[in-house]
Amino acid sequence: MESSQLLEIIYLLEDSFIGEYVRGSLWLFPVIQSFHLLGLGILGGAVVIGDLRLVGLLFKSESISYVITQTKSVFNFGLILLISTGIPLFLSEAVKCYYSRAFWIKISCLILGILFVYLVRNPIALNKGEGVYMKIIGFVSFSLWVVTAASGRWIGFS
Amino acid sequence: MMHFIECLASTSWSIALRESLYLYPWIESAHVLFIAIFFGTLLFVDLRLSGYAFKKLSISEMNRKVLPLSIIGFILMTFTGFLLFYAIPIRNYQNLFFRIKMFLMILAGINALYFHWRMNQEGKVWDSNSFIPFSMRCSAALSLCLWSLVIISGRMIAYNWFDCDKQPQSEIINFLTSCVVQTEFYEALDGI
Repeated sequence: MESSQLLEIIYLLEDSFIGEYVRGSLWLFPVIQSFHLLGLGILGGAVVIGDLRLVGLLFKSESISYVITQTKSVFNFGLILLISTGIPLFLSEAVKCYYSRAFWIKISCLILGILFVYLVRNPIALNKGEGVYMKIIGFVSFSLWVVTAASGRWIGFS
Repeated sequence: MMHFIECLASTSWSIALRESLYLYPWIESAHVLFIAIFFGTLLFVDLRLSGYAFKKLSISEMNRKVLPLSIIGFILMTFTGFLLFYAIPIRNYQNLFFRIKMFLMILAGINALYFHWRMNQEGKVWDSNSFIPFSMRCSAALSLCLWSLVIISGRMIAYNWFDCDKQPQSEIINFLTSCVVQTEFYEALDGI
């Protein structure tokens, strides 16, 4: 897709009903953002505990699959809260996001993070789930989510 | 108090932080990450107490393993939070949401102290019976509610709706934010 076509779509998204609605309200954007931050805290907890276990710094006496099983639903809940609040935030300033480098870093890491957790980390952790390569998986997952969160915060500064 | 805050604002480090282009955003991003560590790990402690996760582990085991992480998160969060306050002391001190946040944090602290006092006394019984009194489950739920509200009100500090330099505000807002307004000025404006 050409970038001009993408920009056209971005303008359509910004002019969408939800985009207009959030932009038109004084308090809606801050409130949605607060819940987005709360979602970050929830997802963050599941990432910290799950990945620290993979790296081998926490819950060493419990199996990796047990810790991932126990953190999975909190992770899912946090992610759903983040995405459902993130979409209206994006729609309300889609054009600004399009021109923000932080936004593109965030989206890239987010997609990588989601794919990595659901296609690599969780299946491996739940099946065999021990060994040195688990440490690498934990480290990669943790790094992806830290960059996603930090670059996400940075969208607001640009 | 206001005099002390003004002194803080005039220190060279405060001015340096306020005027720095990159330092402030970096500290704020770190603050957000530390919130995730603190709140996220505390969430699991509270989920264990309510019996929703890590049921294989005893309460005291869960506390021993996860709570240090929450405490590290809390220390780093408080440190970066102080720097953020210190960068813009007067504005923060008179910000309604900042005051709400501090009040809620005190409540959350009292709740935490009460919880740990009870746990020190009865924790062994909870472990052996794998039973937690209803009041302690309430304390866990209250902890999550209070910290959620702390995060929300903290995010709201960025908005200047009730700030002292945005007048006119209702009297109750100016009272809550210790904002002294030169009323003659506004009366003169009314006259025009």
